[in-house]
Amino acid sequence: MSVAVAEGVFVERSDGPRLIAGRRKSDGEMRFPMPKGADAALYDPVELAPEGKLWSYTVQRFRPKTPPYIGADDEKTFKPFAVGYVEFAGQVIVEGRILIEDPSRLKIGLPMKVAIEDFPTSTRGDVATYAFRPA
Amino acid sequence: MSDVHIIGAGIHPFGRTADMSGLDQGVFAVREALADAGLEWSDMQFAFGGSSAAGNADAALPRLGLTGVQFINISNGCATGGSSLLSGYWAIKSGEFDLGVVLGFDKHPRGAFNADPEASGLPLWYGETGMMLTTQFFAMKIRRYMDLYGISETSLGRVAVKAFENASRTPHAWRREPVGLQVVMSSDMLSDPLTKYMFCSPAEGGVALILASDKKMRELGLSGPRVRGAAVRTRPRGSFEVFAPSLDVERGVAPTVLASKAAYEMAGVGPEDIGVAQIQDTESGAEIMHMAENGFCADGEQEGMLAEGVTNLDGRLPINTDGGCLACGEPVGASGLRQVYENVQQLRGRAEGRQVADAKLGYSQVYGAPGLSAVAILEA
Repeated sequence: MSVAVAEGVFVERSDGPRLIAGRRKSDGEMRFPMPKGADAALYDPVELAPEGKLWSYTVQRFRPKTPPYIGADDEKTFKPFAVGYVEFAGQVIVEGRILIEDPSRLKIGLPMKVAIEDFPTSTRGDVATYAFRPA
Repeated sequence: MSDVHIIGAGIHPFGRTADMSGLDQGVFAVREALADAGLEWSDMQFAFGGSSAAGNADAALPRLGLTGVQFINISNGCATGGSSLLSGYWAIKSGEFDLGVVLGFDKHPRGAFNADPEASGLPLWYGETGMMLTTQFFAMKIRRYMDLYGISETSLGRVAVKAFENASRTPHAWRREPVGLQVVMSSDMLSDPLTKYMFCSPAEGGVALILASDKKMRELGLSGPRVRGAAVRTRPRGSFEVFAPSLDVERGVAPTVLASKAAYEMAGVGPEDIGVAQIQDTESGAEIMHMAENGFCADGEQEGMLAEGVTNLDGRLPINTDGGCLACGEPVGASGLRQVYENVQQLRGRAEGRQVADAKLGYSQVYGAPGLSAVAILEA
């Protein structure tokens, strides 16, 4: 298993991965990822539901600029990828990469589940990051 | 309290000018604006100016004259130009000053805007894994809007076609070749559903406006549109903004809705009174969504309005009469002032080749990162 893209972004459970969001103690507002640094004390970590619904999406058709993008691909080998927001009912709407062969299948409202993607980088080898795939 | 008028306007054409820095273009615009009003730099009592990527605006001072003038640099994201205008407006409205200049200029590298996760308070991985792109945000905002309100891909295309048609009649525009609907729709898809011709590009340009009190304007024997309303507002809770790893499930309104409402209230007018409008069109979908956010229609009505040509030069409410960001490009520090410059030309009857008939009120709205909007309403 590759190293996680960052600590505390997701956690593996026996029935699949969960994203870790933060719930603000004062008013219950949720955000993802769980805040770090000075703000962390104001939030309680919360594991999000394993499934949600697609809220919006697009396909990234050109290679993002480096920096900040660290994908191991280059202009020639880059493959478009889908990205979107998934709404976890009553919790928060989270942006992530989407694992799907045919992005034309994507529709707002489509049930999606949290997945872990092996993401090859040019600087840190393969890292594990969270993604979404149709449930 | 004094009324505020725009008595001079200058622009350096937008696009790419290889042998001029952003600052050069800002200085050029100031000289044009002064010449337009028949004034000298030494007449200026204040200046507010900014750029996003081309340095401090007050670097123009040695070029324009070290007169000791109060010069304040403005840096407020995509609303930098709108914020400079608002600052100049207040300076005169308060009675402290009665004549000054606001300027904005920029010069960005080609390609997508550079993004730095840490500068935006975001985790590094957000940029590292390919999610920190303004293009994705705009695509996802319009994708959802199209789904909710029945806007078609063809409408996205129509906005771009209109932009290039209007730009072909505008001397300060960048991309001045008309482009047909088929070409727009079949050009490279950058971020679905938006194609290459539906996005603006980072660019260069400079704009300057001379502001004066009502009294000073009359003393000088000059004239110019009156600023009836001006407001800047930032994102409220629940708005959907660029570079957001997560969103609140309880959705709220956009900052444009707040800025628009505030400006209409100041002006004592409503959207039905507006005769010409320049609204933020970072991409085709943004113009469509901003039509509703600025009160010009209900959500979903844009589909019919675009098919009927309501926002064309000869329509009921011409929008982005100089080609907007789509055809002028996006120099962040200058864009908001370009919109006001275009409204000044329209309201003074100087927009030769693209003149809107009988417009009494001109509306402008600039919007962008990190989630703020600036609106100005001018009266002929």
